[in-house]
Amino acid sequence: MMRIFRHLMMRDLRLALRQGSDVAMVVSFFVITVTLFPLGVGPEPNVLARIAAGVVWVTALLAVMLSLERMFQSDYEDGSVDLLLLTPAPLELVVLAKITAHWLLTGFPLIVTAPVLAALMNMPSEGYAVLIATMALATPTLSLIGAVGAALTLGARRGGVLISLLVLPLYIPVLIFAVAAVDAAITDLSTRPHMLILGAMLAAALPLAPWAAAAALRHGLR
Amino acid sequence: MMHRFANPTRFMRVANVILPWTAGLTLLFLAAGLYQALFASPADYQQGETVRIMYIHVPAAYMAMMIYASMAVASATSLIWKHPLADMIARASAPIGAVFTFLCLLSGSLWGQPMWGTWWVWDARLTSVLILFFLYLGYIALLNAFDDPARGAKPAAILALVGAVNLPIIKFSVDWWNTLHQPASLAKMDGPAIDPSMLWPLIFMAVGFTLFYISVGILRLRGEIAGARIRNLRLGMTHG
Repeated sequence: MMRIFRHLMMRDLRLALRQGSDVAMVVSFFVITVTLFPLGVGPEPNVLARIAAGVVWVTALLAVMLSLERMFQSDYEDGSVDLLLLTPAPLELVVLAKITAHWLLTGFPLIVTAPVLAALMNMPSEGYAVLIATMALATPTLSLIGAVGAALTLGARRGGVLISLLVLPLYIPVLIFAVAAVDAAITDLSTRPHMLILGAMLAAALPLAPWAAAAALRHGLR
Repeated sequence: MMHRFANPTRFMRVANVILPWTAGLTLLFLAAGLYQALFASPADYQQGETVRIMYIHVPAAYMAMMIYASMAVASATSLIWKHPLADMIARASAPIGAVFTFLCLLSGSLWGQPMWGTWWVWDARLTSVLILFFLYLGYIALLNAFDDPARGAKPAAILALVGAVNLPIIKFSVDWWNTLHQPASLAKMDGPAIDPSMLWPLIFMAVGFTLFYISVGILRLRGEIAGARIRNLRLGMTHG
């Protein structure tokens, strides 16, 4: 079972890395969009420091969302998704492998890039550790919820726009608590309650999202 | 019972008998409720006449959540038992629920302006209801996103179930967070904390809105069933 999981995950990673541009595209979208804010709001250091956590998180959310469409789309187009359905392992595990690969290819690079962007946005130094911690705790949740959206819209017209309509409302709680945690750290309050809720969301999404995404895939491919 | 009414024709025969009654009662309850709300009930000692917005706002909020809950139950029924009518009920309910959610947000905003001095605040109750509105829109969009209309039903049902996590968040948002929105005063363990002169018009309006939902729901169901029948006839013609 674990062997199938590892093989599937490695396959996705290898495909993405061989093609090369996927990870670079997500990160450069993240960087460029954050750069727009000082230009739009004005380079006032205090203003930027105030909105830094929110801007970094909102942009990370959008970057994850843009990458969701390709989670199942390329497999759907070349037909390999039919073979995935035929693997002896449960489909939920297959989906979880693809989600893990997606997180390694988008969530992880975002975590690495986030502190640099936070520095660009003049975020107070107390926030850095918590920003990385919230990213590490919450980006897996984003990939998990996103997989449900990607599976539901497989084969739909204008799937990309539809994913954002479905997934963004479900991302809002993650955004609220992640930004609240960073703000709490900056203003010297306890970040514990926010981190606990983020952890609870991950704990709930981990079993439920692969199950819902697998159900959607099974139906979509019949 | 459930399987007896799985047949759309049999269901519609019963529904068509019910429809004139629910439609008539809707008018009766709304007329009585509106008269009491606008003329017979007293003005609030603090809020003055603006309290009358409550008689639209609170029942609309209740409808927004109740319709989403029934959509989620219908979706679960259609996923588990493949009940053909449950699918159509969820599908017919979505636009009605979306409109009630919009009405709730709109009336709340109009009420907030004189009372809180602002049209909108980003507190937990308002934000979670806004998310509910987006969920309704997402559900309708997903339903219509596929070339084959029957293909969207199951993804939409899964989405309705996933989105149901929002309902308890809306209900308890006023208890879990410090919000500008007031906590619950009707559905409490120790009875409603509201004067009977204001409670009765509220109940009348809520019953009227529910009957309205049932009446319009039956009308929309009739349209859904006729639409499905036309599609099947067309398919039969091309094959035969």
